[in-house]
Parts: sequence; structure tokens; C-alpha cells
Amino acid sequence: MNPLLKLESVCKAFGGLKVTNNVNISVMPGEISAIIGPNGAGKTTLFNQITGNLLPDTGKVLFKGKDLVGQTPQKIVFSGIGRAFQISSLFPDESVLDNIKVACLSRMNKTKKFWRPMLKFKQATEQAYAILESLGLESQAQRFAFELAHGDQKLLDIGIALALKPELLLLDEPTAGMSPEERKVTQNLIKKLWKEFDLTLIFIEHDMDMVFDIAQIVRVLQQGTLLAEGSPEEIQNNKEVITAYLGEEL
Amino acid sequence: MDFSFFIMQLISGLTVATLLFLVASGLTLIFGVGDVFNFAHGSFYMIGAYLAFQMISVLQVNFWLGLVLSGLGAGLVGIVAEVFLLRRIYGRKHEAGFQILLTFCLILIIDDLVKIIWGTEYKTIQRPSGFTGPVQIGDLYIPSYNLLIIVVGIIVVVAAWWVLNKTRAGKIARAAAVDREMLGAMGINVPMTMTMVFGIATALGGFTGALAAPLRSVTPGAGVEVIIDSLIVVVIGGMGNFWGAWMGALLIGELTAFGIVIVPKWATLFSYLVMIIVLIFKPEGLFSPRKIRKV
Amino acid sequence: MKTESRFRETSLWATIMIIFGLVPVFMTSTYQMNLASHILIWILFATAFNMLWGLTGMLSFGQALYYGLGAYFVGLMVKYLGSAWFFPGMAIGLVASAIIALLIGLLLIRVGGVYFTMLTLAFAQLMYQIMFKWYNFTGGDDGVVGIMQPGIFSNPIVYYYFILGIVIASIWILKRIAYSPFGMVLRCVNQNPDRVRFLGRRVRRNQLRIYIVSSVFVALAGGLMVGVDNSIHTDMFVWTTSGEVILMTVLGGINQFFGPFVGAIALILIEDIVGAYTEYWSLIIGTIVLIMVLLFPKGLVGEFLQLKHRFLKLKKHGG
Repeated sequence: MNPLLKLESVCKAFGGLKVTNNVNISVMPGEISAIIGPNGAGKTTLFNQITGNLLPDTGKVLFKGKDLVGQTPQKIVFSGIGRAFQISSLFPDESVLDNIKVACLSRMNKTKKFWRPMLKFKQATEQAYAILESLGLESQAQRFAFELAHGDQKLLDIGIALALKPELLLLDEPTAGMSPEERKVTQNLIKKLWKEFDLTLIFIEHDMDMVFDIAQIVRVLQQGTLLAEGSPEEIQNNKEVITAYLGEEL
Repeated sequence: MDFSFFIMQLISGLTVATLLFLVASGLTLIFGVGDVFNFAHGSFYMIGAYLAFQMISVLQVNFWLGLVLSGLGAGLVGIVAEVFLLRRIYGRKHEAGFQILLTFCLILIIDDLVKIIWGTEYKTIQRPSGFTGPVQIGDLYIPSYNLLIIVVGIIVVVAAWWVLNKTRAGKIARAAAVDREMLGAMGINVPMTMTMVFGIATALGGFTGALAAPLRSVTPGAGVEVIIDSLIVVVIGGMGNFWGAWMGALLIGELTAFGIVIVPKWATLFSYLVMIIVLIFKPEGLFSPRKIRKV
Repeated sequence: MKTESRFRETSLWATIMIIFGLVPVFMTSTYQMNLASHILIWILFATAFNMLWGLTGMLSFGQALYYGLGAYFVGLMVKYLGSAWFFPGMAIGLVASAIIALLIGLLLIRVGGVYFTMLTLAFAQLMYQIMFKWYNFTGGDDGVVGIMQPGIFSNPIVYYYFILGIVIASIWILKRIAYSPFGMVLRCVNQNPDRVRFLGRRVRRNQLRIYIVSSVFVALAGGLMVGVDNSIHTDMFVWTTSGEVILMTVLGGINQFFGPFVGAIALILIEDIVGAYTEYWSLIIGTIVLIMVLLFPKGLVGEFLQLKHRFLKLKKHGG
């Protein structure tokens, strides 16, 4: 089987600082994997290079065999990569429903329609409701996005990404800022979404319980380099990883 | 174009440039330090000019004292405006738009207040004794008041450089331009700093208005003309860039002075064209470092 | 629920039509007709302007550029080619404005925030200077006077109804745009442009589109004005004209579609009433808008809706 996403010796430096140093990663279709590493290891930067926010200095980002380097975020979204952000990125003054619906309309290529009222796009509304139900947000559909609780905002962010029907979904710290109980719920929800939407999923996370619980493959980044890669058990027992990152936590 | 004519135009351009710089430096200071776009900056220039008229022509105050007092008066109005108006909208959503709007309202209000107090006729101020006639250099006759303005401009530039680079206040102001939150964390009274910067900048504007008054007649519409010109200068030099404003002012001053000779009718268009070209190709200003675009 | 909102929508438009439709019946003096025409045209100007600011978050200080262009195409065509060119001039003005808005817009969208505002101002002032200096062709500061519409349209009442029809139709079109998916994307661009890119949509492309749409409708307002004042003047291009439309919008409320509509009526009436007592009306307007900005930033419509909302909530709780 061919990998869905393949990074080939991706490098990126800001000034003299190498934030991504010769990273090679192959992500198989249907895989759920985690990227861990200390702050400043270059995790988000790596996401940014996959989604087109940042241009790698050298290397290739192959998605379904095609190189994405140099393409705009807009194009990359439609080739099937979705993304949710570390700090939830929403349309705060719109309703929860419309936040998702506008993404549905974008995927259906209907955002140029300037004559028919939003309300008439029933198919998009249905799809948006379906996603809200999967997220458990359907009861909040008519509230403004800014009114939502922090945890729900993070979910809505994921929902916007899902509405674009991605094959590959990147989640940047989906449980950041959540209480332990919320984390547990979100963790189960992410696992559920992964199955339900038939996703290939990569998430950045600091919560090790979640990482070792739901990830099939864990990748460790340190100072821009891929330090280790393997199953949760392998990573937990990897001496290098333990000294470099996990430390006495385990 | 013979040599003496060339020099005359050069001096005339330098005079315009100095006045432009003096106004624009205040505008750019407020923008650089406070991130506030003061659309009403020209109105403070106008306040300065009228105060100078009131003191020097009406109350017969000594010319030099009158200049300083006019600047201080305009600065006082500026402080009042900052404390009671602008401070209330810092941090609001769509802040930039509301700033422009608020200061636009100030223009309307100040314009009318000036009309109410001083009427709509043109006012003039006599040049101070000793600067009424020309200075002879070789076979050139240069108006001495123009030279005075240029000298004052140089003094202000040097003084500003000294304040910004050598004093604690200057360092705070420069730090505020980079990171306002950090200043607060260091225990510096940020709102107070903002008010003072606003006061200094508007005082500078008022002082310039007073200084220019003997050259140009004082009219109620003066503020509007000045704001557009200094806006052009600031954009060309880079908003918040003190030295850029100087270069921008020189460029526009000389361009206008020589433009009038070559194409008298269309010279006023040049400054707009330059501004447009700069905004398109280097919106951060000709003399500012290129910013890294945020993701 | 749906029929109710449809009913409300219809009755809103009906009320507007009736009120403005009855103006010629009750306000018979030329002056009052003139005032009503001005109100209608500024409503269009302000609503089109707010498609940029309130909807998309692009504060233009230069929409007077298109207001003037729309007017000057009509005025100059009539001056040089005769009265018959009044309406063709209007149409040509719209097309020309669209093309100019496309060209200028391509440059404008390269910069954001305050720089966008300044650049719009610079372009408008540039055009103002050109019209001002090109005396032989444009009449410079004197403008052109005595521009008459052809045939029956020179009758003020006929022309008033013509304006009413065009303005209402335009507002209706703009409202459809504002509440369409395209309008939704524009609101999203206003709130979170970065995320819009991750919806696969181009921010600048959408900004350019609405800039052109807004400018064309502003040009239409300018063209209509020629028939009311029967003259054109360089003041139409000047930056205070752009400023006035901003004042109207903020008075009515920038985040409400009908904000500029109400704001335009309010501002012109204030100007008219205050103007009768004192020449210092800009002092009064400036103070009023200042107070609005500081204390009631949602504008007349926004604050009214909020009050209504609170009242309804109270009633619900009480009952």
C-alpha cells in the first residue's frame, strides 16, 4: 500500500535556527498517529508546511503521490487535507451552524452564489447538522460561536475541518486548555470521528494518556528532527525518547 | 534653469520639507508608539497657528514665546483628546476603523470651533524682527525666515534623535513601539506613556502650525490640507518611522518645488502618485525594513 | 416561523415603498422633494459603502471616487453630447467604474488595515486633483451646471419616482448579496481571513469582488444625483464626501444591513434641521457621531435591536 502522506527530507530554517531538520515521515491511509515533543520542537511548523502556510526550504510533501510544495493553502484544502488549530479558529459572530455550513458550501463550490439566500441551501444545512450531531453540538446550533465554552469551540473548529470532507485531518493540540474530564470526552470523540469519517488522522498532543491510548503510531520530534517513530509501546520503551522528552513522567 | 534659480527652488523645497517633517513626525510618532492613526493631526497644526495668531498678533506676546506657548497649547488639547476620547476605544474590535472615525469627528469639531472663535477670514502673522528680509549669499537673496525654519527643523531632528536614543523616556517610547504589553509587565505606566506621547506629538504639530503661520496665511481649512500632505510623507517614509518621515518630507518637498517649475499645473499630483506607488510596491514604507508576513 | 419572517420582510419593504412613495404627495415644495431625493441617493451610497466596511471589514476613505465618476460620466456626456446621453452616460459610467474599480482594486487588495484606508484616500484625492486641474474638460472648480434629463424625466416628480425605483431595487439586490453564501464568505473574511483560506477560499479575490460591486452601486448613486442637483462639482470627489458616508454608516450601525439606510436618513435630516439654525452643523454632527462611537458603537439600528431583544427576553421571563 502507498502512503497517503509522505514527507521527504523536509527542512525549514528561520534565520539560523533549523525548525524542521530533514524530516522523513510516511503516513499510511487510515492510520491514526500522534506527534509529540517538547515546546519548540517544530510540531506546528511541520503542520504549517503540510498545509501550505509555510514553504519548506527543501524537501517534498507528497500527498497521494503528488508534491504539494508551493501550492496555496486553498488548493491543498481541496486536495483533501483538513486542519484544526491550536487556538480555535472560528467565525465568532456567526452561528455555530453557519460556521460549519459555510465550510460545506465551500466544499460544494457554492460560495460564489450571490443571489440565493443562505437559508435556501438545504443540502448544506443538512450536512452541517449531521456534523454537529457527530460532534454533539446540535443543541447549540443557533448560538453564536463566540458564546460557546472553550471546549466546544475546539470541537467546532474540528467540525469546520470535517465539513470539507478531508482524507487527512491534522489536529493541533485538540485538548489544549481542557479539564481532565473534558479531555477524556474529547479523546473518545476523536477516536469516534476517526472511524465514522474514515479519516487518516495526525494529532499533536501533550497529554500522554491520550497519545498512548488512541495513536497507532507515535512520532517524536525534537529540535526539528524526527527522534523516534513507532508503536506506543516502542516509544514508551525507547531510551532516547525517555531521556530527551518523556523523562521521569513514566 | 540657472544656478541661482536652482538654489532658490532647493531652499523653497527644503522649507516645505522641514514643515512637512515637523508635522509628519508627530503623526508618525503617535502611530509608531501608540498604534493610533490620528487623522486629526492637521487640526492640531491649525490650533497652533491660531493660538500663535492670538498671542503674537492680537496680544502682542513676544514672537518666540508665542511659538512655544502655541505648541504647548495644542499639546494640551491633544492630551485632553487622548484621555477623554481615544483612550476609551483602545482594544475595541475594529479599533483602527473607530480611531479613524473618532479623529475624523475631531477634525469636524475643531474646524468649526476655530471658525466660531476666530471667524473665517484669513489671519496673518508678521515675521519676527530680524527675519523679515532676505539674506544675501553671493548674488543670491534668500528669505531669512525660510532659513530659520530649516535651522529649527535641524534642531528638532537632532533633539529628537537625542531624546529617542539617549534618554530613558525615549527608550520607553521605542520599547512601546515594539511591545506594549512587555512595558506594562516592567511596571511602566503604559496609559500615561501613551498620553504623554500624544501630547508631545500634538504639541509638535501645533508648534509647526505656529512656525509656518508667518509664511502661509492662517485659514480654517489649513488642518485638512496639512493632514493629507503629512499622511503622504508618513506613508512614503513608513508609518511609525521617524527617519523615514524626514526622508519622505525631503522627497515630497523637493519634488513639489521642482515639479512646479517643470509642469506647473500638475505638480500637486506628484505626491499622490509617489504615495500610491510606494503603497503598492512597499506598503511598509520606502525606509522601513520589509516585514515578515505573518502566517 | 418561515412564513412569519417572510411576512415581516415583505411588510418592511412595503413600508419603505409607501413612506417614500407618498413623499411627493405630502411634500410639495421643490425643496422638500429635493431633500427626499438626496436622502434616497445617500441611502444607496451608504448601503453600498457598508458592503465594504460593515460586511467585509474594509474601511474605504475613498468611495467618493466612484460617486464622482458616476456623476461626471453623466454630466460630461450631457454637456458635450446633449441631453439624450443622460441615461447612456449613466450606464457607461457604471461600466467604466467597474473597470476602474477592478484596476484600482487589484492594487488595493495588496495592502490591509490602515494602509488600505489610506490608499483608497490617495486614489480618490488623485482623481479629485485631476478633475480639479483639468479645467478645459471638466470645468474644474466651477463644475458643470444646467445638466438636464431628457424628456419627461426632467419633471422632478417623475425623476423622484425613477430614483425611488432604482434605489429600492439596488438595496434589494445588495441585501440578497449580503445574505447569500457570497455575503457569508465576506463576513467570514471580516472575522477571520486566515480561516477562510482554510475553507479553500481566496480572501483577496473575494475582497476584490465586493470592492467592485460596492463601487458600481456608489457610481450609480452619483449618476442619479446629477438629475437632482442638475449639476456636477469636484466636491463630489473630495475626501469629506467619503467621510460623510462613513459618518452616516456609523450613526445607523455598521453591523446591520439597514444601519446605513437609517443613518443616511438621520444624518441628512440632522444636517437639514441644524443647518437651518446654524452654519456650524459639522460641529453638531461631529459631536453626535463622537458620542455614538464612544457610547453606542452599535449605531441607531444596532442599539434599537438590542433594546428590543432585551425587552422581549424580559417579557418572556415575566410571562
